[in-house]
Amino acid sequence: MKNITCECGHVNPEGTHLCEKCGRPLTEEEKHAKVVDMKYEGRAIRSKTYNKTIIDKIWNFFSSVKVGVSIIVITLVAAAIGTFLPQVMYVNVMQGEDAKQAYIDNYGTFGKIYYNLGLSDIYSSWWFQTLIGMLAISIIAASIDRGVPLYKSLKNQRVKRHESFMKRQRIFGEKEIAADKAEESLNLAEKKMKELKYKVRREDGVLLAEKNRFARSGPYINHVGLIIFLFGVMLRLMPGFYIDESLWIREGETASIPGMDGYYLHNNKFTFETYKKEEQKQEFNQSKAAVNSIAKNYQSDVVLYQSKDEGIAGETQDMKKVAHHAIQVNKPLKYDGYALYQMDFKLNELKAMNFNLVNKKTGKSLGEVDIDLTEPKKEYDLGSGSKVEVKGYYPTFSGFDDGEPQSDSPLPNNPAFIFKMYTPETPKGETSFVAIKQTLEPLGTTKYQMKFQNIETRNVSGLTIRKDRTLPILAIGGIIFMLGVVIGSYWSHRRLWLQRTNDGRLLLAAHTNKNWFSMKKDLDAVTTYAHLPLWVDQQEEDEKEMEEKEGDNTL
Amino acid sequence: MPMEKKQKRLYLRIAILAVLVAAIVYTIYTTANKNDVKLLKVGDDAPNFSLVDLNGKTHKLSDYKGQGVLLNFWGTWCKPCKKEMPAINDQYKEFKDQGIQILGINIAQSELEVTSFTDKLGVEFPIVIDKTRSVMRAYNVDPLPATILINKDGKIENIITGEMKEKEINQYLNSIKP
Repeated sequence: MKNITCECGHVNPEGTHLCEKCGRPLTEEEKHAKVVDMKYEGRAIRSKTYNKTIIDKIWNFFSSVKVGVSIIVITLVAAAIGTFLPQVMYVNVMQGEDAKQAYIDNYGTFGKIYYNLGLSDIYSSWWFQTLIGMLAISIIAASIDRGVPLYKSLKNQRVKRHESFMKRQRIFGEKEIAADKAEESLNLAEKKMKELKYKVRREDGVLLAEKNRFARSGPYINHVGLIIFLFGVMLRLMPGFYIDESLWIREGETASIPGMDGYYLHNNKFTFETYKKEEQKQEFNQSKAAVNSIAKNYQSDVVLYQSKDEGIAGETQDMKKVAHHAIQVNKPLKYDGYALYQMDFKLNELKAMNFNLVNKKTGKSLGEVDIDLTEPKKEYDLGSGSKVEVKGYYPTFSGFDDGEPQSDSPLPNNPAFIFKMYTPETPKGETSFVAIKQTLEPLGTTKYQMKFQNIETRNVSGLTIRKDRTLPILAIGGIIFMLGVVIGSYWSHRRLWLQRTNDGRLLLAAHTNKNWFSMKKDLDAVTTYAHLPLWVDQQEEDEKEMEEKEGDNTL
Repeated sequence: MPMEKKQKRLYLRIAILAVLVAAIVYTIYTTANKNDVKLLKVGDDAPNFSLVDLNGKTHKLSDYKGQGVLLNFWGTWCKPCKKEMPAINDQYKEFKDQGIQILGINIAQSELEVTSFTDKLGVEFPIVIDKTRSVMRAYNVDPLPATILINKDGKIENIITGEMKEKEINQYLNSIKP
């Protein structure tokens, strides 16, 4: 590694633009520049100082701003492409169909290409996640490489800078001055700058006034926020940090809650309400009411129970009621970090069926039987010597197999029964198979029949269970990010250097990282007050010169 | 620049890069396996549960420590469940005095359906009904039938989804025999 020894004797690492100690320009470029590049105070960017091992090479790759910007651009383009079509989790896939077919059906050839390229699940793809990871590496490496030298340089900055440094600042002025006048000027400048809330340091014949140094930390603070945010997003993949489950629960049912060990939910009632005609605004009645009514409320009245020992599944003996709540859209039941949201519903699922035991000929009734389809009883006693036995129950009757009724689902979609009816007239019992709109008498014609009376229905609530422990981390990351943006945007780091040279001149130089207008306002306030040299903005002068050279373009 | 400082810097860079690469690998790995994440794996402790059988007897898994346990999740509507049930029953008769417990766990059906089903098939091993689907969720059972084999230390020895033949059941039971 080649070090650069400055004229002042200080040894600087390779890549340094301005001497760390006195500020003299060290590179040919800076020596010839009218205004020096003050980025990172002219310190060597760390990655540029050595490049020996493979680790250093990887590090330097990520530390490069060009690489960082490229990663950001590629990530943005990829993320944008992911929005061309809905991602696979939002595509409605029919039963018995695969996702690819769904894309072809919905979006045609473009959908097929999109799916085949893996764009339908882009954010879960290994390469997208690698991009995000590389972005994180880039942010960290670039921040360390630039932030650490900048911090050190500002912390260790000297009051006295070399004249060549001051001359190459954007704002510079000089004038001849007597030694005693110069001292007086410095005193006045110190007083004024302190009034303007600058921190003032003085050495023999030199002065440095500085304000808002912390503003330089803005970009680094917002990078810290970003990294925390990314870390929070990654935590969602860890078990226990993020839960997103769904639960269908019928009225009257008690069910364990997926993702919430040891908790049980009882659904008392699901309500679906629409606006009545008179409640609706006139304009709705004119147009839409004829087609459909407008939903007013979706609500599940639930009770949350906690079992005594959450380590034992199925233990529902000593449950403790911990909450009851009317879950509505956007009004979830919140408990212990979990939130239960109203998401979906099904209306009018069969709950109970009511039959009448009647004599076929006379039509005389021997009593009614009310069968709860979730828990049918074995036997229903009708009194006075009559009873009905349920020999078989088939919630979703799907036909006979080998003479035996079959059910292909546990839900009462198409209930069927085998009844054995006992009456004083038929003490041995008569067997009958009863399904909706179908009665069979497999063991001979019966005198009595179970005549269908009516049904009771119930609703089903579709709930979503969510827990997100990463939210506080995401919030902290977001707040830190914004804090960095605010610090970096609304404050500016301002410095004023004054120096009396040995040959009797007073030099003035000033620098700010942004908002030169305010810096100039401060300077205007101090120059007249402290009789400082008149200064010029060397950059503006350059621009003016350029314009003059280019001539009149306004034609 | 002194050598030590350079060494320190190199180690710091190695550490930062290692942590980030590990984070990327972890993220990709878990996302890739997200869809078939089994809450339960072979070798895990079998989640404890307590359910009441058709005769009113409570079966608590932890009470069977020291014995091999076969859990068979089933439903009356599930055809393969119906097919394998008699085979399980035959094996139950053979193994019940050899330190093996077999439990049939029905998924939230009515007692009437369950009893008429087991009576018809002549099932002798205890049948419990998981009314709240709590045990089903604890074992992450989705397609039926599903069979979990638990060894005498209460660890999961094997997870089988789909119908089993009698010969296979025999082998499985031998594998968890204490």
